[in-house]
Amino acid sequence: MFDAISAIALARLQFAFTVSFHFIFPSFTIGLASYLMVLEGLWLKTGRDVYLQLFRYWLKIFAITFGMGVVSGIVMAYQFGTNWAVFSDKAGPVIGPLMAYEVLTAFFLEAGFLGVMLFGLEKVGRKLHFVATCMVALGTAISTFWIIAVNSWMHTPAGYAINADGQFFTTSWWAVIFNPSMPYRLVHVLLAAYLTTALVVGGAGAWHLLKDRRESRAPREGTRIMFSMAMWMAAIVAPLQIYAGHVHGENTLEYQPAKISAMEGHYQSYPGGPGGGAPLILFGLPDDVAQVMRYKLEIPQIGSIILKSDIEAPLDGLDKVAPENRAPVAITFWSFRLMVGIGLLMLVMGVWSLWARLRGNLFGNPWLHRLALLMGPSGFVAVLAGWTTTEVGRQPFTIFGLLRTADSASPLAAPAVAASLVAFVIVYFAVFGVGTWFIINLMGHEPHPGETGPMRGETTRAAGAIPDIALAE
Amino acid sequence: MAPNDTLSLVWAAIIALAVFGYVVMDGFDLGIGILFPWLNKGDDRNTAMNTIAPVWDGNETWLVLGGGGLFAAFPLAYAVVMPAVYAPIIAMLLGLVFRGVAFEYRARTTRLWLWDAAFAFGSTMAAFSQGVILGAILQGVRVTGRSYSGGWWDWLSYFSILTGLSMVAGYALLGSCWLIYRTEHSLQDRAFALARATGMATLAAIGGVSLATPFLNHDYFSRWFEVPGIYLSAPVPILVGITAIAFVRALRRRAEVQPFLLALLLFLLSFIGLGVSMFPWLVPGKISIYAAATAENSQIFMLIGVAIMLPIIIGYTAYSYWVFRGKVGHDGYH
Ligand code: HDD
Ligand code: HEM
Ligand code: HEM
Repeated sequence: MFDAISAIALARLQFAFTVSFHFIFPSFTIGLASYLMVLEGLWLKTGRDVYLQLFRYWLKIFAITFGMGVVSGIVMAYQFGTNWAVFSDKAGPVIGPLMAYEVLTAFFLEAGFLGVMLFGLEKVGRKLHFVATCMVALGTAISTFWIIAVNSWMHTPAGYAINADGQFFTTSWWAVIFNPSMPYRLVHVLLAAYLTTALVVGGAGAWHLLKDRRESRAPREGTRIMFSMAMWMAAIVAPLQIYAGHVHGENTLEYQPAKISAMEGHYQSYPGGPGGGAPLILFGLPDDVAQVMRYKLEIPQIGSIILKSDIEAPLDGLDKVAPENRAPVAITFWSFRLMVGIGLLMLVMGVWSLWARLRGNLFGNPWLHRLALLMGPSGFVAVLAGWTTTEVGRQPFTIFGLLRTADSASPLAAPAVAASLVAFVIVYFAVFGVGTWFIINLMGHEPHPGETGPMRGETTRAAGAIPDIALAE
Repeated sequence: MAPNDTLSLVWAAIIALAVFGYVVMDGFDLGIGILFPWLNKGDDRNTAMNTIAPVWDGNETWLVLGGGGLFAAFPLAYAVVMPAVYAPIIAMLLGLVFRGVAFEYRARTTRLWLWDAAFAFGSTMAAFSQGVILGAILQGVRVTGRSYSGGWWDWLSYFSILTGLSMVAGYALLGSCWLIYRTEHSLQDRAFALARATGMATLAAIGGVSLATPFLNHDYFSRWFEVPGIYLSAPVPILVGITAIAFVRALRRRAEVQPFLLALLLFLLSFIGLGVSMFPWLVPGKISIYAAATAENSQIFMLIGVAIMLPIIIGYTAYSYWVFRGKVGHDGYH
């Protein structure tokens, strides 16, 4: 039989599953909305048709991704109540208003202008249409701001007090919103979204460059432009992201040291002093039961330099944390390495592309293209790995140090949660699998002149013409 | 920090507005989905879809405002009600998944029948679940302390099935009236016929639910049938009757806009009737809006946002409806 523990385990699994699926889409739409804004802006400025082609090409993909993001997001909004009722009751007065602000300032903005962005170019004219595109992009950024404020508050709560019912309430909205980890997390997540998008665009470009080469034909202009833009993004943003991640980690060390211990795999403390600093554990096999790192491969003293900029600095390990408050190490440790590893690979690709560009060989270097193709989906992996690090590293708390995960869940029987989890898994894989397949199919076509928009039954039309008029009575 | 009772009332009004906004706006979207099997394959269905493709996402956002608003303004009610209606909520969400992706997938697929079916199925399931949720809340839920204490099938009853079916009928009515308003020729003829049928079904549903509700518990009964409640509540059924007659006559005249407006009026009256039954409870007999309300400073903080943003939202929503105004054809907007 199921018991109460497993109802919570199932609820956690369900949350992790649905939010991970959801976040795949925003991490692409946030970046893609901005990319579309840039493309349309370039089209308006230069009047070159190739930018309109690219705009329409990615708009179709955006429409599908956005649709999947919306429907999986609505699930999240209700999941707090269905599965985390106690958490909702207690934290509602603090985080509820932030989420309400997200709806008011972001979701309506995105949704309100989405229709014009997708279908309205011929109706409202170029300028207004560009405004609509900008509004959608702005909406995704505002949405990120609020939801990251909520999430960060759960990691580094501030500006609150607790009443007799155990409910949190706010003493300073400023402190709640700009809680200590929020600026770091916001920057890191936004950069992650831009990188993810750049890599997908670059991957699609690389695919066509390779294909054109195999079929010995010259790549189209659109392909070259999108590949080049993506490589610029990778070259510029990857180093920024690594730096942002590093600073984020220093912030975490200050506010959630137990999470850093789990990420770095430090079960025991290091006293500091000459030769006593913490090593950087590259790899190893964490053993949470015995609380030791087995088979570790480490560089002595470097951990103290990275985290504290001082080779002799002491560092606390999980042994300084009460056993019931320790974060699980294995998942946190590995997901962190996965993210950082991918980040470093992105850096390699960015630098390589700069070098190829300098030598005038950006479009003729098949090995670079192969790497770019391979890295196409890696942003998603890094993003999910990053979230896993953050969230699992917060355990066993939902509100760090204040509310335990075990005390947050709804009074639901395990079969109810299990049944809904199964339903989500089946529906998500089927529905979002099909959507992903459509997207891959769309990316399989090379951007070409006369690219159509996202509506069914729409015929190919010359740019700027208004063919609908002819059909009106 | 305690809630402020006046602000709790204001917030109840805002949530009610959001829910009503959702019901009428996504109502016609879902209604078109419900009616999909009765529309001709191909062009007619494309046309029906094109009438809502640019606006459905904005319409659905009112649901996020309703749910998110409940969470923000009345966290205790949100925490009690959501587990109580767990299964229908999940069903609604999954229905909305199918419905929402169908808009984009139809444009890409070679298996149109599959996504037509997903659209119809998802819309119907979402509508039915919403009705069930309403019925389940009306019939009451078990509460101990600050949490739900019933089982995960408590929501199921004849009454909640009845409200579920009523919601499907009502949304289908809105959908058909919307099609009358936005389409022409044979599709519009079909919409007139569907409006007649769904109009009858909706009136029957309103009658059925109105008769059943007062007998759910004595409190509802006394509000509707005993002095002094009856003075307040009696006008509602009378107005429903008048609206129904006007609706039938508008269809006979083949009016294009009135049927939609009158259908909206029917929804408004039903909504007011619901208010008569519920006020001031969020969970009938257990949790009132005053008990569930969030802290006063949260109420104020959000009210500032609503006061600034809601007019702006209504402004650009209206703009987007205006851009896509007029009759719609199967290949886009005229
Ligand atoms: C960093 C960004 C980010 C994160 C962490 C989340 N989301 Fe999200 N969400 C977005 C960024 C976003 C977005 C970019 O704004 C989306 C993606 C596609 C879209 O339509 O908007 C969106 C859509 C979206 C929608 C649909 C909005 C609509 O109707 O237009 C809802 C209700 C949510 N989200 C709710 C959530 C909840 C409850 C989350 C936490 C568990 C969450 N999101 C995490
Ligand atoms: C969108 C990206 C996100 C991802 C991929 C993600 C990932 C996860 C994962 C993997 C867990 C399970 C941790 C465990 O059980 O050990 C979890 C739990 C949780 N996360 Fe997140 N998270 C994300 C965003 C958020 C946001 C934005 C919030 C808050 C608004 C949030 C709040 C929670 C809550 C309430 C839980 C459940 C309690 C728990 O198990 O900690 N998450 N998340
Ligand atoms: C190699 C360089 C990187 C470093 C040093 C780094 C560092 C970090 C750290 C320390 C955290 C945990 C923050 C916490 O305490 O909660 C984190 C989280 C995260 N990382 Fe990275 N990161 C790097 C690269 C990347 C890349 C390339 C991506 C995606 C493209 C990414 C996406 C994320 C996300 C989505 C989160 C969760 C949200 C958050 O807490 O910010 N990271 N990263």
